[in-house]
Amino acid sequence: MNQAGFPLLSMLTFLPLVGVAIIATTGGEERVVASNARWTALWTSLLTAILSLVLWAKFDMSVSGFQFTETAEWLPEWGISYRMGVDGISVLFVLLSTILTPICILASWESIQSRVREFMIAFLVLETMMVGMFCSLDFVLFYMFFEGVLIPMYLIIGIWGGPRRVYAAFKFFLYTLAGSLLMLLALLAMWHAAGTTDIVALMGHSFSRNMQTWLFLALFASFAVKVPMWPFHTWLPDAHVEAPTAGSVILAGVLLKMGAYGFLRFSLPMLPDASQYFAPFIYTLSVVAVIYTSLVALAQTDMKKLIAYSSVAHMGVVTIGIFTFNAQGISGALFQMLSHGVVSGALFLCVGVVYDRIHTREIARYGGLADRMPAYALAFMLFTMASVGLPGTAGFAGEVLVLVGSFKISLWLAVLGGMGMILGAAYMLYLYRRVMFGKLEKLDLKGILDLSPREIAIFAPLVVLTIWMGVYPSSFTGFFEASVGHMVEHHQAALAAAVKLAGVVR
Amino acid sequence: MNWMIAIPEIVLACCGMAILILCVFRKHDDGFQLASMLSVASLGITAMLVLSGTMGLGFHGMVVADRFSGFCRIVILIASALAVLLSLDHNQQPANASQKLARFEFPVLILFATIGMMIMVSASNLMTVYMGVELQSLSIYVLAAFARDTERSSEAGLKYFVLGALASGLLLYGISLVYGFAGTTSFGELAKSFANPASLSPGLIVGVVFVVAGLAFKSAAVPFHMWTPDVYEGAPTSVTAFMATAPKVAALALFSRVMVGPFGHLIASWQQLLVLISIASMLLSAFAAIGQSNIKRMLAYSSIGHVGYLLIGIAAGTEVGIRGVLIYLVTYVFMSAGIFACVLAMRRKGRSLERISDLAGLGRTDPALALALIIFLFSLAGIPPFSGFWAKYFIFIAAVEQGLWALAVLGMASSAVAAFYYIRIIKVMYFDPAEAAFDTRPMSLSVVAGASAIFTTFFFIFPAPLVSAAQAAAKVLFL
Repeated sequence: MNQAGFPLLSMLTFLPLVGVAIIATTGGEERVVASNARWTALWTSLLTAILSLVLWAKFDMSVSGFQFTETAEWLPEWGISYRMGVDGISVLFVLLSTILTPICILASWESIQSRVREFMIAFLVLETMMVGMFCSLDFVLFYMFFEGVLIPMYLIIGIWGGPRRVYAAFKFFLYTLAGSLLMLLALLAMWHAAGTTDIVALMGHSFSRNMQTWLFLALFASFAVKVPMWPFHTWLPDAHVEAPTAGSVILAGVLLKMGAYGFLRFSLPMLPDASQYFAPFIYTLSVVAVIYTSLVALAQTDMKKLIAYSSVAHMGVVTIGIFTFNAQGISGALFQMLSHGVVSGALFLCVGVVYDRIHTREIARYGGLADRMPAYALAFMLFTMASVGLPGTAGFAGEVLVLVGSFKISLWLAVLGGMGMILGAAYMLYLYRRVMFGKLEKLDLKGILDLSPREIAIFAPLVVLTIWMGVYPSSFTGFFEASVGHMVEHHQAALAAAVKLAGVVR
Repeated sequence: MNWMIAIPEIVLACCGMAILILCVFRKHDDGFQLASMLSVASLGITAMLVLSGTMGLGFHGMVVADRFSGFCRIVILIASALAVLLSLDHNQQPANASQKLARFEFPVLILFATIGMMIMVSASNLMTVYMGVELQSLSIYVLAAFARDTERSSEAGLKYFVLGALASGLLLYGISLVYGFAGTTSFGELAKSFANPASLSPGLIVGVVFVVAGLAFKSAAVPFHMWTPDVYEGAPTSVTAFMATAPKVAALALFSRVMVGPFGHLIASWQQLLVLISIASMLLSAFAAIGQSNIKRMLAYSSIGHVGYLLIGIAAGTEVGIRGVLIYLVTYVFMSAGIFACVLAMRRKGRSLERISDLAGLGRTDPALALALIIFLFSLAGIPPFSGFWAKYFIFIAAVEQGLWALAVLGMASSAVAAFYYIRIIKVMYFDPAEAAFDTRPMSLSVVAGASAIFTTFFFIFPAPLVSAAQAAAKVLFL
């Protein structure tokens, strides 16, 4: 039995489905159903969030392996089992998912008015998929959750999205599906070679050099779309712009992390040689992403699109960090993923706040909001600064660690990757200036209201997290130090073995 | 002569004839309801007999009862019973009265087709194969033209008959060539004689190619698929629902047995052929289905694609491949039966609807039906956790194991394309503005759709029993 004393991870994963069952069985007048659905979804997700704090409390930071493990027979004769567990790399993402979900449900309290019941069901199913994905220790299980995410997200974008929602939903679905299907082939090939889909066992299995190359490319197709890396990112601005606020928050906060998590969980430990071989390729794509999408962000006139492009740039920093293969780089990437999850989610919520009031995301339609919405301006500024990477906010530690890690690889990589911080400051401050400052000229903005108590409740935890991660990052890095250290050692050992083997062969 | 082997078929044939006689003497009604109920009961009894039947060869080695045929016969019987249940309401609709579908011959013809299919899957001689195929085909020709006063149904029946007769001719010609060069039609003897590479001759290969062509026609694989969209669209929907389930199982099971059994040693000769047919089926269906506006026609193209995936398992020619085929067939039967239950439920003011755009806004007007459709469509597209994903998983394992990478990669690519037309229907149901609601669903359709949806959704929790059964069934072909 694990240290929680009960199957904690399964409960975290499937508790939202209990909420789904409750919501699905309620009936009656539409208004009552909607209200019941909202409250049930909120309580279910809050309960899950509280339960997930057990992970925070009981997680043993000194252990590099998997904790809270659970195993059950599934298809034992074919090497497939139900295995759950978290290590330092995944544990904080579980928490990120469980904490962002109630915030999203609260954020869609008033903005979602049609088909509330279906929305809440889709969202809770989405939570199950996200949490399950980060907890899976079996590749097939992982794949089920990884691809299962598509179903609720497709519906969320397509039903409750903006005017071009159908196009965005199709693009999102087909892009991700095409990538995942190649991952499925890789899964089957790995299963064929190793005879199991247990992730821990696969990490210990050494695949042949040639096979690693192909497997890496197949996995890359899936993860690169999900991250998204340039040039596979084009679905993201569409999906973000059209999705409802809560959908964008989850998309930016958690779904983008699934790709990077996939690189860390599969590509790096299972395919060390190929990862090393393809690292320059990844660096190139990432640097292009950082610089190019930052420039694109600078030219945007739509707030959500701007933040969407900034996400691609930030994720470029993450992929650089992952493929530096040193402790600083990977820790930095993980920290950047977490901070980006909180900060970009918060920024989308900020956009949602004004969108709910004025129903437009055109930057030019705003201006001078700081005058009428001081609390909102404060929150928005904090998140802007965090996105820029100001010391003392969440964005700082991650970027710096990645830069330190990339300095060890090459000066140019660090310099070009660091361009993201400069350009980031440019487009974020430019956005902030155009929305918040200037003269309050637009008539409909004159009567705009500041944050409501519900919105303050939404932002409060995110503000606390942003400052906490900035001021005292080690309470977060402590979680993954041991695991990252182990991963780096494992990687170096695998490379050394490969070199030795090459020497013998020669 | 061990005729006990064929007891289930004999009993089913007797039941069918008894129902026929019984209903002929009923004067006061059409007897459709009664005949349907009795048919379902006889299918159930036959399934019991199959489960408790003896194993072995019968009729001088013409028929075999083994775990493979047992597995397939059970699946066929379930599929046929589902088809009879699906036809109950549709055929009795007052709006369809002009088609005169509610006649007692309808379930009886399904019974006879079922006997043919059971013979197909338990054949161990090429002559038996032909007999089974013909019995099944003749019954279905009649069924396709069952609404004999409507043009579309007659056209479908005629088209199916002409092309089907051609395919039977090809099959028979292939069989005669094989007999001419090998001197036997028994599966066991053929396998033995082909074990010796010296026995191969070009004529024999031509014969095998003809047999493959005939079987490919019966399972509607490209390039022998042309009849499928027209027949699916033209035949009454209750007939299409039947054609999409049981006959697929029979055809693919027969295909598997013939390829890995008697022709197993010739794999080098036919593997390329099947790979080609499979790729062509998958790609053609993925692209052709996109443009369809009639849901029956779209499902016809979708079925061609699924046959393509099934052929991957046969092309692999291994136990793993056949296991994958069997798992796929079971999940496919439930997905198809379920989706046709939904199609049959598409009705406004008693009139059946077939256009995809008629589903607009179903998510609002009938959430339960829309949910069921969502499950079947995502499952057909192979999205986890639904059973369609597992079917693909177990099929593609075989391709990966055999190193058929072109097949695997193109298969994956085509399923990404195919996903487009499946999710397009979901888009119509959920993203488009609502139209008028459908009529209330009859109980029989709700039951079939509900049961299929439950199977499709929750298959992932306990896949082991089905996988083990399929494994055991596939094993006997390689003994």
